[in-house]
Amino acid sequence: MKRDDVEDVEIRLLLEGVQQIYGYDFRDYADASIKRRLNHWLAESEFDTFSQAQSQLLRDRGVFESLLRGITVNVTEMFRDPAFFRAVREQVVPFLKTYPFVKIWHAGCATGEEAYSMAILLNEEGMSGRYRMYATDINEAVLQKAADGVMPIAEMQRSTRNYQKGGGTASFADYYTARYDRAILSSALKKDIVFAPHNLAVDGEFGEMNLVLCRNVMIYFKPALKERCLRLFDSSLLPGGFLCLGLKETLERRKIGERYEEVAANLRIYRKRYA
Amino acid sequence: MRRKFEAVAIGVSTGGVHALQTLLGRLPADFPLPILIVQHMRADAGSGLAQLLDECCALCVKEADEQDEILPGKAYLAPPNYHLLVEREGFLSLSADPHVSFARPSVDVLFESAAEVFGPQLIGIVLTGANFDGSLGLKAIKQKGGIAIVQDPEDAEARQMPQAAIAATEVDHILALNGIAALLQKLAPRRAAMARGTRETG
Ligand SMILES: C[S@@+](CC[C@H](N)C(=O)[O-])C[C@H]1O[C@@H](n2cnc3c(N)ncnc32)[C@H](O)[C@@H]1O
Repeated sequence: MKRDDVEDVEIRLLLEGVQQIYGYDFRDYADASIKRRLNHWLAESEFDTFSQAQSQLLRDRGVFESLLRGITVNVTEMFRDPAFFRAVREQVVPFLKTYPFVKIWHAGCATGEEAYSMAILLNEEGMSGRYRMYATDINEAVLQKAADGVMPIAEMQRSTRNYQKGGGTASFADYYTARYDRAILSSALKKDIVFAPHNLAVDGEFGEMNLVLCRNVMIYFKPALKERCLRLFDSSLLPGGFLCLGLKETLERRKIGERYEEVAANLRIYRKRYA
Repeated sequence: MRRKFEAVAIGVSTGGVHALQTLLGRLPADFPLPILIVQHMRADAGSGLAQLLDECCALCVKEADEQDEILPGKAYLAPPNYHLLVEREGFLSLSADPHVSFARPSVDVLFESAAEVFGPQLIGIVLTGANFDGSLGLKAIKQKGGIAIVQDPEDAEARQMPQAAIAATEVDHILALNGIAALLQKLAPRRAAMARGTRETG
């Protein structure tokens, strides 16, 4: 056996162990990126091989937490893909406004930038107080950050640019207070968002949603887990509800796609059919 | 025995549009290997480059979508703002991981994951560019037994990336674009010998 094959076996055993002890299942994540990140974690750790890491990992929650931080990727930004947010504003919000109250689910919200962007957008469209947003993630450390609503001030320049390109109608600076090197988001943005843990690999649906967003999360999953997620979103969505995926994710070539019409195909905005 | 290559991976940055037009333009429509390409670009660059290349080359060029099956004779371009990776099951995946070597898509990420999957059956090529991305990746390709080709810095619009690659690993061929195109056709298996079983993808 080549050394590589040994490593593949070690990784499989490691993920198996993690699943059994801690209940986090990473076996359905696409191999290439998880392997890359595991190797990265190993290189930074005190261990030489995954087998060596294994025994401590299974006994010491601290080691597991560090692994978890290492293998979940939480990169995000406010108004990521401005054209997408512009399309939501122009083509989705008009439908949402026809309801007295709407429910929104951000699956894989990371540190919350996407949810806060949506809150800004909805408030500008006069929907403040008329929606509840559930923003969920597998990683509780990022959820805590999300709930705090504090961002590095250095991010604000890009955020402002994205916001403007995304069709923002007010002054972005009004949405945060600068304090040293941090930007504290205004509480008006937080009041309608609930941050909660939810694992797409094992947990169930959120009922009666008008809008579900899951962007740049399923790209990390193997086909079977992607299918599970799409079924989950489908059963969470009301007829006429909207599903938004990342720019490189698509319902094309998928069975479930038949139940949706394209609202903005390039921007991956879909609407669930009524019948 | 002649080695049977399974894929070509190309990394390119500054000056890349022209270099890719030249290189891909010289390959025939029935070039029998899949070609995976990372061209550095701005996050909001849009999908124009794949289209442009597709129109000017005999080969079919497309921007990679998640879960695209890797097919012989097709060229896949990493989308702006995503890393492009190769999965064992014979398809592509994308990631929004942080920048690597200051780039996303990063050549190193593509090369390292392709090297894992294709091992000695991989041809890695570093072309023109004004940074250092790709040299670690090319080294990984060599370590897994693949073949390393670098554009002659004299022939490159920006020489840093080829030079860095040459410094980082023992390169098999240093050639101008024309030479690389000719070499690829020599290395590629002949069409008839190619017919490999269709692989199951989940
Ligand atoms: C790249 S971020 C995407 C953030 C945001 N949606 C965006 O597009 O900017 C991916 C997020 O998915 C989360 N994630 C990964 N696996 C998950 C799972 N099984 N269930 C829920 N969230 C998961 C990660 O913790 C991470 O925060």
